[in-house]
Amino acid sequence: MNSTLLLNISRFILLLAAQIVIFNNMNFLGYIIPLPYILFIILYPVNGNRSGLLLASFLLGLTMDFFSNSGGIHATACLILAYVRPTIFKFSFGISYEYQTIKLNDVLTPERFSFILMSVVIHHVTLFILEAFQISFFWDILLRTLLSTVFTIISCIIIIYLIKPNKR
Amino acid sequence: MQQIFNFIFKNSSRLLFLLLLCISFLLTIQSHSYHRSKIISSANFVSGGVYEKINNVSEYLNLRTENDALALENARLKSMLFKTKDSAAIKNFENLKGQLPEDVVVSKVIHNSYNVHENFLTLNSGSLQGIKSDMGVVNNLGLVGIVDNTSPNYSTVISILNVRSQINAKIKKSNHFGSLVWNGKSTGFAQLIDVPRLASVRKGDTIVTGGQSVIFPENINIGTIEKIYIDNKTNYYTLDIKLFNDMTNLGHVYIIKSKDRDELNNLEKTTKNE
Repeated sequence: MNSTLLLNISRFILLLAAQIVIFNNMNFLGYIIPLPYILFIILYPVNGNRSGLLLASFLLGLTMDFFSNSGGIHATACLILAYVRPTIFKFSFGISYEYQTIKLNDVLTPERFSFILMSVVIHHVTLFILEAFQISFFWDILLRTLLSTVFTIISCIIIIYLIKPNKR
Repeated sequence: MQQIFNFIFKNSSRLLFLLLLCISFLLTIQSHSYHRSKIISSANFVSGGVYEKINNVSEYLNLRTENDALALENARLKSMLFKTKDSAAIKNFENLKGQLPEDVVVSKVIHNSYNVHENFLTLNSGSLQGIKSDMGVVNNLGLVGIVDNTSPNYSTVISILNVRSQINAKIKKSNHFGSLVWNGKSTGFAQLIDVPRLASVRKGDTIVTGGQSVIFPENINIGTIEKIYIDNKTNYYTLDIKLFNDMTNLGHVYIIKSKDRDELNNLEKTTKNE
């Protein structure tokens, strides 16, 4: 067992627990819920196993679905985010991102912020479109996506700063 | 053959993605169709257990309000007995079979959602307590929802704050029927649609359940009329109903087991087949 795997498993469980116990009970203005559990997909090692990430994010979403009675919407949104992750990397860190040592849980730079922003927006748009499933709720979906994105990004950045490894 | 294997190995992550995407899409579409028992629901051993543990802690914070509500309900029930001659004798509202037509099971809401379009509650009693899907759920203030899925110890309830729920309701004063739906906007209001134009509706009138289904007995409180407007497409009234229940704060609920349900369902089935 290497330490990366252990770190990822513990991150999976802790983020899920925090989401279900704390963040799901936050209702800003009645309907805004931050969803920082997708931090697991964002913080997954850059050169890690791709199929492993797909499977893990599917399981992550499915567990969220079990807890929120929502069919498969979290699973679909997480899966799509995990699949397009390399593209977002290319977009925000440049084409040769694989050869750099990218550390996401560190001081916030414009590249890191744009990566987190893109990931959260893609996940939330998929999620809220699937949730409503009707075009008649268009403005509602847009409003929810915008507001939830803001709160998710804030909570993600707070969590990153909280669990950041200490500087020696 | 070699080429097929090569193809599969080369695109393994893409194929895995497509496979998982198909599964999750199927689950999503299946969950959006009403009246089919879902595979993914919080009525299971793991999530039900977790929610019960969380509820055990958070329950203490609401004990005072819960106690007040119970005391008020007790006072109301006691006041019904004031003028009766023998208050110890139990009244029997008998039906033809010589027993009460409905049975009531007390249960507790261990998880409540009210911030998405399809809201569900999770209760801490399930098929071991005799709960089946399509039973009505009420509390002391009024209507709450309809049981959807059950597991041995937990069950999920389609709340009236669910855009897919549709419940038969009527205006208490005039007996005009309509359907109670929710437009997904405010947690304090539901809509009564398809009320005929002949009905005399006034702001403040009480809305109760109609007796047209076997799920709910007649005359369970729902709310009062807040706003009246005419639907342009159908030319029927649409009424905004201010709910008696605060759906964001639910404690104990009662599940209604109708004893005549099986008989009525069988009768309807045989009538349809003939």
